[in-house]
Amino acid sequence: MDAVLFLVFAAIAVVCAVNLVIQTHPIASALSLIGVMGSLAFVYLQLGGQFIAAAQLVVYAGAIMVLFVFVIMLLNEGKERKVKMRLWVRWAGLPLLALFIALMAFIVQRVLPAQQSVKFGAFTSGDAQSIGTKLFTAYLLPFEVTSVLILIAIVGAIVLARKEID
Amino acid sequence: MPFPFWITGVPFSWYLILSAVLFTLGVAGFLFRRNIITVFMSIELMLNAVNLSFVAFSYKLGQNDGHIFSFFVMVVAAAEAAVGLAIILTVFKNRQTLEIDEVSSLKN
Repeated sequence: MDAVLFLVFAAIAVVCAVNLVIQTHPIASALSLIGVMGSLAFVYLQLGGQFIAAAQLVVYAGAIMVLFVFVIMLLNEGKERKVKMRLWVRWAGLPLLALFIALMAFIVQRVLPAQQSVKFGAFTSGDAQSIGTKLFTAYLLPFEVTSVLILIAIVGAIVLARKEID
Repeated sequence: MPFPFWITGVPFSWYLILSAVLFTLGVAGFLFRRNIITVFMSIELMLNAVNLSFVAFSYKLGQNDGHIFSFFVMVVAAAEAAVGLAIILTVFKNRQTLEIDEVSSLKN
């Protein structure tokens, strides 16, 4: 049952990622990316990451992608122009990509043998309480530095977006 | 009769293979697309793939440090998206284009 669920959501993620790459209109790519993020949230849930699955949906699919969609609609550029790719890129690109993926899958299979299996519910320290405890004890300094980073990003975004460059 | 492994649980390596596939597709989008927003979204796809690796190894090691790392990756991605989209807005205001080949002042 776990494997069936994993395969369903992995298939959704991969199909959406392929759609992201082959679509020429950015809004279609953005919606495919939301599909990837949603199905990855289910995969996190299966790995016991309840908090990170919720954060994935709220922060990534909710906040960041809304920002992307907002900018795409604001600029309203439409489809991207067709460009002539070089002949060897057009014919060798896809087989090379498939070869690369197959090589990586083979190496992962060899390094990590398949006998260890992931069971839903076997990992219990992914809930909000354990994550919060660790975040505010062991990772307190990175957490505070992150808030400074967010502040810098806010100031930078405002300065960049309202500056008139001639 | 023992059950086959795909009924008892998901092999751990499948998660890493899914992560590798998503990362490779992100790289492909980054290299082949010409729209600057799509290139940016391919970077987000790569970050998501790495997050999946973090969470999967966190399961394998039985610690939740990987979850915290991927949480930090999300935060940094949010900051990066805000600044990057502001840069894209500025580029579009000045050049009226989103094609990355047209924005080549730094070339040569």
